[in-house]
Amino acid sequence: MQDDIKNNKNNFVPPLGARGLKLSGLEPLVITPESNFINVGERTNVAGSRKFLRLIKDEKFDEALAIARHQVDGGAQIIDINMDDGLLDGKESMVRFMNLIAAEPDIARVPIMIDSSKWEIIEAGLQVAQGKCVVNSISLKEGEEQFIYHATLIKRYGAAVIVMAFDEVGQADNYERRIEIAKRSYKILVDIVHFPSEDIIFDLNIFPVATGMDEHKRNAIDFIEATRWVRENLPNVSVSGGVSNVSFSFRGNDAVREAMHSVFLYHAIKAGMNIGIVNPALLEVYDEIPKDLLERVEDVILNRRDDATERLLDFAESVISTSKERKIDLSWREKPLQDKITHSLVKGLDEFIVEDVEEARKQAKKPIEVIEQNLMIGMNVVGDLFGSGKMFLPQVVKSARVMKRAVAYLLPFIDAAKSPLTPKGGIKTTQHWETADPLNYGLLKEFAFKMRNEPTDAERILWGVLSGKKLDGYKIRRQHIIGNYIADFICLKTNLIIEIDGLIHQLPENKDKDEVRQKWLEDEGFKVIRFTNKEVLLNLDFVLSEITKALKASPSGTGGAGKILLATVKGDVHDIGKNIVGVVLACNNYEIIDLGVMVSPQKIIETAKAENVDIIGLSGLITPSLDEMVYLAKEMARQNFEVPLLIGGATTSKAHTAVKIDPQYKNAVVHVHDASRAVTVVGDLLNNKINKKYIGDIKADYVKVRDGYLNRSKQKEYLSLADARKNKFKIDWKNTNIPTPKYIGTQVFEDFDLTKLVDYIDWSPFFRTWELAGKYPAILTDEVVGEEATNLFSDAKLLLAKILDENLLTAKAVFGIFPANTVEDDIEVYVDSTRSEVNVKFVTLRQQLKKKEGIPSIALSDFIAPKETGIKDYVGAFCVSTGFGTAELASEYEKDHDDYNSIMIKALADRLAEAFAEYLHKKVRTEYWGYTSKEKLSNEELIKESYKGIRPAPGYPACPDHTEKLTIWKLLSVKETIGVELTDSLAMWPAASVSGYYFANEHAKYFGLGKITEEQVKDFSIRKKMVLAEAKKWLMPNLAE
Amino acid sequence: MSSIQEEIKKRILVLDGAMGTMIQQYKFSEEDYRGTQFKDFHISVKGNNDMLSITQPDSIKEIHRKYLEAGADIIETNTFSSTTIAMADYEMEQYVYEINYQSAKIAKEVVEEFTKLNPSKPRFIAGSIGPTNRTASMSPDVNDPGFRAVTFNDLRIAYKQQVEALIDGGVDVLLVETVFDTLNAKAALFAIEEVKDERNIAIPIMLSGTITDASGRTLSGQTAEAFLISVSHIPLLTIGFNCALGASQLTPHLEVLAQKSDLRISAHPNAGLPNAFGEYDETPQQMASQIKEYLDKNLINIIGGCCGTTPAHIKAIADLVKNYKPRSPLAPEGEFNGV
Repeated sequence: MQDDIKNNKNNFVPPLGARGLKLSGLEPLVITPESNFINVGERTNVAGSRKFLRLIKDEKFDEALAIARHQVDGGAQIIDINMDDGLLDGKESMVRFMNLIAAEPDIARVPIMIDSSKWEIIEAGLQVAQGKCVVNSISLKEGEEQFIYHATLIKRYGAAVIVMAFDEVGQADNYERRIEIAKRSYKILVDIVHFPSEDIIFDLNIFPVATGMDEHKRNAIDFIEATRWVRENLPNVSVSGGVSNVSFSFRGNDAVREAMHSVFLYHAIKAGMNIGIVNPALLEVYDEIPKDLLERVEDVILNRRDDATERLLDFAESVISTSKERKIDLSWREKPLQDKITHSLVKGLDEFIVEDVEEARKQAKKPIEVIEQNLMIGMNVVGDLFGSGKMFLPQVVKSARVMKRAVAYLLPFIDAAKSPLTPKGGIKTTQHWETADPLNYGLLKEFAFKMRNEPTDAERILWGVLSGKKLDGYKIRRQHIIGNYIADFICLKTNLIIEIDGLIHQLPENKDKDEVRQKWLEDEGFKVIRFTNKEVLLNLDFVLSEITKALKASPSGTGGAGKILLATVKGDVHDIGKNIVGVVLACNNYEIIDLGVMVSPQKIIETAKAENVDIIGLSGLITPSLDEMVYLAKEMARQNFEVPLLIGGATTSKAHTAVKIDPQYKNAVVHVHDASRAVTVVGDLLNNKINKKYIGDIKADYVKVRDGYLNRSKQKEYLSLADARKNKFKIDWKNTNIPTPKYIGTQVFEDFDLTKLVDYIDWSPFFRTWELAGKYPAILTDEVVGEEATNLFSDAKLLLAKILDENLLTAKAVFGIFPANTVEDDIEVYVDSTRSEVNVKFVTLRQQLKKKEGIPSIALSDFIAPKETGIKDYVGAFCVSTGFGTAELASEYEKDHDDYNSIMIKALADRLAEAFAEYLHKKVRTEYWGYTSKEKLSNEELIKESYKGIRPAPGYPACPDHTEKLTIWKLLSVKETIGVELTDSLAMWPAASVSGYYFANEHAKYFGLGKITEEQVKDFSIRKKMVLAEAKKWLMPNLAE
Repeated sequence: MSSIQEEIKKRILVLDGAMGTMIQQYKFSEEDYRGTQFKDFHISVKGNNDMLSITQPDSIKEIHRKYLEAGADIIETNTFSSTTIAMADYEMEQYVYEINYQSAKIAKEVVEEFTKLNPSKPRFIAGSIGPTNRTASMSPDVNDPGFRAVTFNDLRIAYKQQVEALIDGGVDVLLVETVFDTLNAKAALFAIEEVKDERNIAIPIMLSGTITDASGRTLSGQTAEAFLISVSHIPLLTIGFNCALGASQLTPHLEVLAQKSDLRISAHPNAGLPNAFGEYDETPQQMASQIKEYLDKNLINIIGGCCGTTPAHIKAIADLVKNYKPRSPLAPEGEFNGV
C-alpha cells in the first residue's frame, strides 16, 4: 500500500467537468479541481487559542482583529472563527467579531469559516456575512431531520458546508464508517436538499497516531484512503480536516510534530484532501525533513511497521525542537545593511532606522556618506515607486519621516566631522590637525608661507580680484592648508577650492598627484574648480563668472538636487498641500526652504535672493491669494528673476495660471496640480538638458489655454443688473411659511466637546487631502488605493482618539439669529425685533450669466423676505473653529521630524471644523431656530446636504466676496468672543475654521454666482462704500472678461 | 401567453428607463403627492415617489405607457423604496402593502393593454425591489465599526412583505436591484425563497448590483466576481448591474459576469455620470452607441436604463437591439463550451 500511495499514478485526479467550490469575502476564492491546497487560518478560534479567547473575553477586539489580520497576511485563504466557550456569549461574540471584520477590508477580503457546534451561533454568523462563507459544521449526529433542516437553511443563506463524518451511532473512526457516513450524507444533501454538490466539504476526522494503542495505528492511513474514496466516488466535493490532531501524542516536540504534519499532508493531499486547518508556522517543508526522521514518520503515518511508534518515540528524543514560529516577520532584518535601510524607508518603519544608520555610520568613511549613499539609495527606491504609482502619498510622507529621523540622528556626527574642514580663525584649534604629523604640519606651514610670498602671475592677478571679499562678499583665503595639501584659493563658507595650474603642474608626476589630491579633497566635502594660467591671464571675466557660479551653487551634500523656496502667500494660512509638496521634494534630495504661511512678497523675494534658490513655489487656498501670486510674478519679472515659479493650491488652476500669472513673467511658470507632479515638474525644470524645451512647451501650452479661455469668454452673454434683478428667484411670500426662531440673538460655545463631532465628520475630503481618490468608505476597499487608505484611516483614527482623549484641540463657536429683511440685493439685519434700526447689511451678489428661459438669476438675498412684504424674516450667521492648538501640535511634530503627523493634525482639524459647522447647523435647524425639530438624518444624508436651509460661506461659490466676513465678524463679535481672526486677505486664523450665513427658507439652495459684469461691481462698491478699485480687486476672480 | 422565461431565449428584452426622472417632470406639489387619500397626513410626503401609485395612478400609468410605446418589453413597478425600512422616512410603513399592490396592479393594467394590441410581443412587469436606505454589512458610525443600523432579519421581514404584495399585485418577475450591499440582497433573496416555499410557486428573479466606483467594487466592498459568487445560491433569471456608472464604465464589470457565470445578463446603466448639477445629460444616441459595445460583445439578455434615462433613451436602445441576438447561455462551467 505504501508504494501505491507514493506512486504518482494513483494521485487523485478530478474527472473532467468537475465543478469547483467558489467562496467569497470581498474578493473571490475559487477552488478549482486543479487548485493547490487551501489553507484555513485557525488562530481566531477560542477553542484553539488561549490568547484569542482572553482577548475576546476582555473585549480587546483590536488585538483580536490583529490576530485575524496576521493570519490573512500570513497566507490564510479562509479564516476559521470559533466562539464556543462556556465563558462567552458565543452568539453575541460571533456577531460582534464578524461585524468588526467586515469593517477591515484587509481581513474581510477572504471568506469566513463560521465554526460552532451550536446552530444558533452558526445562523447568527450567516446573517452578518455578505460573502459566501463555509459553515463548520453539520452532521447526522442528531438525525436526518435536523440535518436536512440545517442544510436547507445554509443553502438559503448561500454558504458552503463542512459535513463531519458523524452519525446517530457516533464518529467514524475507520475507513468503512467514514465511507458509509459520507455516502449517506451526500445522498441526502444532493437528492433531498438539492444542495450543490460542489458546496459540500467532508471532514473525515483526523485522529492521532503513535499513541501507543493498536486501534490508533490506522488512524492516518484510514483517513487518507477514505479521502481518496470520497473524492473518487462523490462528485465535486472537497475534503478537509484539522491537521494538528494527527501529531497530538508528540505535544512539546515541535520538530517531530512539524514533520508529522508535512508527511500527513503530503499523502493526504495526493489522495485528494484539498482544504485544511493548518498552522503554517508548524509545518516543515517535506523535502527538508531529515531522511532518518522522514522514514520513521512515514512508517507511523502510513502504518508501515508494527514497531513504527516505538522507533519514532526513540528517535524523537534525539530531535531538538526548532520551532519556526515567529510573531512578526523579521526576516528582512537578516538582509544586508543597505537592504535593511531601504526596507525601513520604503515601508516607513522607524523602529530600526537609528540602529541601522549607526551601523552604516560606523562603516562609512564620513557620516555624510550615510545620507548621500545609504539613505539616498533607499529614497530613490521610494521615489521610483511613487513615480510609477506603486506607492501613495501617505506612504511617502511616512518614508520622509523615517528619513528625517535618520538625518536627525546623523547631524551631530556630521557637524563633528565637519569642524576640521572649516577651520575658522586658524588651523590649530581643530581635531583634524591634532592627528596630523606635527613635523609635516610645520613643513607645510612653512611652504605655504613661502608660496604666498612668491605667487605666480596668474595667482597674483586672481588674488587681486578675490581678496578682501571683493567677489560678492565671499571671503577667500589663499595658500590654505587642508590635510596634507595646500589649496591655492579657498572659500571656507562654501567649501570651494580654486586651483590654478601653473606650467609646472603640467609635468606627468605632478598631474598624477593633482588627481589624488582632488579626490581626497572631494571626499572631504570640498568642491574643486580649476583654471589654467592662460585662462586667468587672458579671460579673467570667464574665470570670475565661473567662480561666482560655483560659490552660489548649493554646497554638496545637502539637497544636492537643488534649492526650492516654498511659501503660502500673504494673507493665506492654508499649508497642508504646500507641506506635502515640501516633504515629497525633500525626499528627492531637494533642499527645501519653507517660509511657512502668510509670507509677504518682500520676504519671498529677499529670501530667494539671499539663498540663491533654484525654484520658487507659491501656494494658496483662498481666492485673494490668486492676486498675490500675480503680484509676485510681476515683482519677480521687475527684479529680473530667472528661476521658475511654481503655482499650487486649491483655488489655483491651470487656466488661472495661464491667463493671469504666466503673462506676467517671461520665465517658467508652472501650475502644479498635485504633489505627486511636483517631483517630475521640478526635475524637468532643473534638468539642464531638457529644461529649455520643457519650459518652451509649457509656455506654448499656456498660450493655447489662454487663447481658448479668452475666446470662450467672449461668447458669453450677461444680463444687465436690472434685468437680472427682474429675473430673481421668486418665492411666493404670501404662501410661504416663515418659521419664527425659538432663539434670537447671539450664542457662544467655548471649549465645545469634540467627541460630539466625530459622527459628523465627512471623511472623503480627508482622503483627497492625501491625494487618495475615492469616496469614504468605499475608498477603504478600493483596489488601487484601498490598502493605503485603510492604513491612513487607522492612523487618523489613532490621532483623533489622542486628540479627544488628551483634549489637544479646542473647539469654539459663535452664532446668531437676527431679524432681517431684504432691500433689493442687500440683507438688512436689524438691531431688534422692532426692525427700526439696521445693525449691519449683508451685500449679496446676483448671477448675471444669461440663462435659459425660466431659470432665475439668483442672489442669496432672494431667500429672505423683502422689506416691502411686511413679513418678518430672519437670517443667521456663524463661525466655528477647531483650530486652536493645531499650530502648536504641528510644530511639536515637526520638531520630532514627523511631517506625517504634522500634516495629519491639520487635516483632522479641518475635518473637525467642517463637522462642527455641520453639527452646529443641525442644532440651529432643530433647536435654536427650530424649524425642523423632527429632522432625522444620517451622516451620509448630512454630507449630501439633504436638509432644509443652507449655510453658504463667504469665499465660496454662492457668495465669493470674502469681505462679507468682516460683516459677520462685526455682527457676531467673532474675534472678541472666540478669537478667530481675519488675515489681510480675509483668511480665517486658525485655519481650521468655518464661517457663513444661515438661511432657513425651504426654497433656499446652494448655487454658484458665476461671472458678473463690471456694472454689478460698481453697484457693489457703492453699496459696500468701497472704492471701485478695491471692489474690483476682491471680485476679480468673478469679473467677466 | 408566452412567459418571460421563453421570451428571453428568443431575443434581447428591453427594460424601461428611470421612473424618478419622469416623475420629476410632473413637478408634483406636496398636495399632489398627498392626493385625496393622504390629504391630512401628519408630515410632509413630497418626494415619496412610490406613493404616487396610489395618489397619482394616472400619471404613473402614463409613464409606463410611454416606456412601452418606446419599445420596452419589461416595465418596473414604482416600488423602488416600498419597504417598511425605506418608508420609515415618511412614516408610511403601514401603507407598504398597499403601495406595492397598487403599483403592480396599475402596471399590469397598462401591460395588458399593450400585450392585447400586439400578442406577438408580450410585455412583462418586474417588481422593483430597491436596496432600502440602510446597509447590513457596514456601520453608519465611524467610531463603532461593529454597529449595524439594520439586521438581516429586519431586512428579511421587510422584503418578504414587499415581495408578497408585488406577487399579489401580479408581477411577472422580481427585480432585486441597485444592490450596494450584498448582505441586503441576500436578505431579499432569502425572503423570496421563503415566499416561494410557503406558496409553492415559482417566480423568476432578476438581480442587479451596483458598482459604485471606478475600482470596480460595490459600496460594501466586493468585487464583481465576489458579488456574483455571493448570490449564486439562488436560481436567477438574470444577473447584472445598474445605476451608479454610465454605460461605458460598466462594460468591464459586465464582462466579468459574462466570463464567470453561465447566467443570463442584464444591464440598466445611468445616462452617463451626473454633471456638476447632479443632472444626467447623456443623449439617447450617446447612450445607445455605448450600449452597442455590449451588444457587439454579446454580453446582454436584458437591457434598459437607470437614472436620467427617458423614453427617448429606451427607444434608441430598443431600435438598436433589434439587430442583435441575445447572449446565449453557457454550458455549466467546467465543460468545454467553446466560448
